[in-house]
Amino acid sequence: MKLVIRGGRLIDPVSGLDRIGDLAIAGGRVVALGEVNRDFTPERTIDAAGLVVAPGLVDLAARLREPGYEHEGMLESELAAAAAGGVTSLVCLPDTDPPLDEPGLVEMLKFRARTLSRCRLFPLGALTRGLAGETLTEMAELTEAGCVGFSQADTPIVNTLTLQRALQYAATFGYAVWLRPQDAWLGGGVAASGAVATRLGLSGVPAAAETIALHTIFELVRATGARVHLCRLSSAAGVELLRRAKAEGLPVTADVSINSLHLTDLDIGFFNAAMRVTPPLRQQRDRDALRAALADGTIDALVSDHTPVSSDEKTLPFGEAAPGATGLELLLGLALAWGESLKLTLAQTLSRITSEPVRVLGPAIGSLGNSAGRLVEGGVADVCLFDPAARWAVSADALVSQGKHTPFAFEVSGFELAGRVHTTLVAGGVAFERSNG
Amino acid sequence: MLSRRNPQLNRHGELIHLLSIEGLPKAVLTQILDTAGTFLSVNDRDVKKVPLLRGKSVFNLFFENSTRTRTTFEIAAKRLSADVINLDIARSSTAKGESLLDTIANLSAMHADMFVVRHSESGAPYLIAEHCAPHVHVINAGDGRHAHPTQALLDMYTIRHFKGDFTPLTVAIVGDIVHSRVARSDIHALTTLGVPEIRAVGPKTLVPGDLREMGVRVCHDMAEGIRGADVIIMLRLQNERMSGAMLPSAGEFFKHFGLTADKLALAKPDAIVMHPGPINRGVEIDSSVADGTHSVILPQVTFGIAVRMAVMSTIAGNEA
Repeated sequence: MKLVIRGGRLIDPVSGLDRIGDLAIAGGRVVALGEVNRDFTPERTIDAAGLVVAPGLVDLAARLREPGYEHEGMLESELAAAAAGGVTSLVCLPDTDPPLDEPGLVEMLKFRARTLSRCRLFPLGALTRGLAGETLTEMAELTEAGCVGFSQADTPIVNTLTLQRALQYAATFGYAVWLRPQDAWLGGGVAASGAVATRLGLSGVPAAAETIALHTIFELVRATGARVHLCRLSSAAGVELLRRAKAEGLPVTADVSINSLHLTDLDIGFFNAAMRVTPPLRQQRDRDALRAALADGTIDALVSDHTPVSSDEKTLPFGEAAPGATGLELLLGLALAWGESLKLTLAQTLSRITSEPVRVLGPAIGSLGNSAGRLVEGGVADVCLFDPAARWAVSADALVSQGKHTPFAFEVSGFELAGRVHTTLVAGGVAFERSNG
Repeated sequence: MLSRRNPQLNRHGELIHLLSIEGLPKAVLTQILDTAGTFLSVNDRDVKKVPLLRGKSVFNLFFENSTRTRTTFEIAAKRLSADVINLDIARSSTAKGESLLDTIANLSAMHADMFVVRHSESGAPYLIAEHCAPHVHVINAGDGRHAHPTQALLDMYTIRHFKGDFTPLTVAIVGDIVHSRVARSDIHALTTLGVPEIRAVGPKTLVPGDLREMGVRVCHDMAEGIRGADVIIMLRLQNERMSGAMLPSAGEFFKHFGLTADKLALAKPDAIVMHPGPINRGVEIDSSVADGTHSVILPQVTFGIAVRMAVMSTIAGNEA
């Protein structure tokens, strides 16, 4: 389909392009950016006056709950949620049931996502079989099936020797290993260690659970040369270690979740299970360090950490409630809120959810990596149109995802999000359009 | 984030549930202690009943077993003329997979007026209070490590009975504080009532430095901890902590942190010794101290019934 988007504010986070103009799409690609030739005859024109025309968002962490947890989310509903959130590429985690440790599972997931054509899907394969931390998966086969890296999700490898071998093996082929730095033994609590957990009598996860794991990972990266992406940093001390590792030149990148970027353990209030997330919410100085690190580039990307959880699993005492929160539809608004409070330009803010995550993915996504997360002539037409001024109250009814639980629900947070997605295009096709929007 | 109203108070600041001591004004605590004083005389009468809760149904919901605490609540409710239903849920519905809220919905349909809840998870009574019918009152009878507010109130009653005024006191709490809901509730109550020095005494595995954030002085040396104390609250050491990574043995714990007559001599001459029970003789406390002249462990039990009567009658009289 040939399509023109007229009069929008065009943003390319890499070149710094930020101007009012038109954008033409044909054959799934951007064919003109800024000025569109008069002889271009579109089948459809979108009036984008007052809207921002940005690259489609790239989310490095979302759980789609399929296979195995269909009652909490399904590929169809969750990819629709992605499109409604302006997300055009997402990385899904291997902690399904069964875990993504077989090429057949990955192929099926990729195939089903392609059929739905809402969002590009990039699965992480399980690093070990069954995520059990013992036997390596067939990484080359899984890569052929479409995996962009290997991960243990939230299940750390307890045996350091196994972790070393996993990194050695992945490094042999240049595969990226995505690890959430958390010591298996110190990480058993349900809230971050500190005054709130002490007062509420909740078992704590000390920041040392993160820093000890980071020390181990960095030592193994030095020894093996493996490329490691660190998932969901949560502490100021962890940020400091990452800063030093990057200064040293280690091949590491990192992300932070929307939850850790905006919330602290004080938000737990009177045992509000909506605040039960992994990693646990830490203190204000941790949150401030994460916000600064995302701004200065120490942390590369912001992720939704989308985890749909059913009401049955969430309306339980805090420690028994399933961790996780819905996030795909909140990623844009929460990125904008962060960028505004740090007085970043719109292009800088958007880079953390577009071009930077694509840089993290690197060669794993092939030629797509040249233009995904960007707006460039000749590039792939994954586009997110949003109204930066539109405010909306997050509620169960307003969400497409099957996961309705979020700390940012209006009834909990009392604030509205600014920035609402108007239209999402994937490869030039309409993946989402807000009715009456 | 919105600042939420304390869920145990109604919009007039009156107590409708008792979930935690934290956040309760001093006046509320004092009123309960005063009310308990009037009920003590009821317990001495031949007919030990007052009609304050006549026609009301009190459900004891014990998701975790505790015969002693349940019994004191049962006696308190019966002396207020309530109908008491004991449910040992640890062995019934949840074992069949029924969810906590389904259990609550079912019991609400049986026209319960009050739930007395004990649960192994911190915060469970908050969830119940949030989801039960508006006329139902919830009393926390101990949740995880979080709170045991009626125990704290009876401890405060005991201290006030023997010491009169809270403001000149030094109170030492000794033992497994990190896992203790009694300690947390006592600390909040003592702080609210104006005790200037509260000490948390024990080894670093059981008394981590984080506890300072609750406004206590952390002592890892028993002599330092009880020197000059007016009140010593010994906590029960749970069996599962007696050997393992928390403590090497009950014997070594007793040697360093058990209360003996020698150590008690470091406290004020008129110090009182308290314990929430059941006591482990020779583990946290020596028999000569538990049965000695400083011990007020048995009066605690007596006061416990009056205090629970006071809590039940207070919240039953307040509308959500």
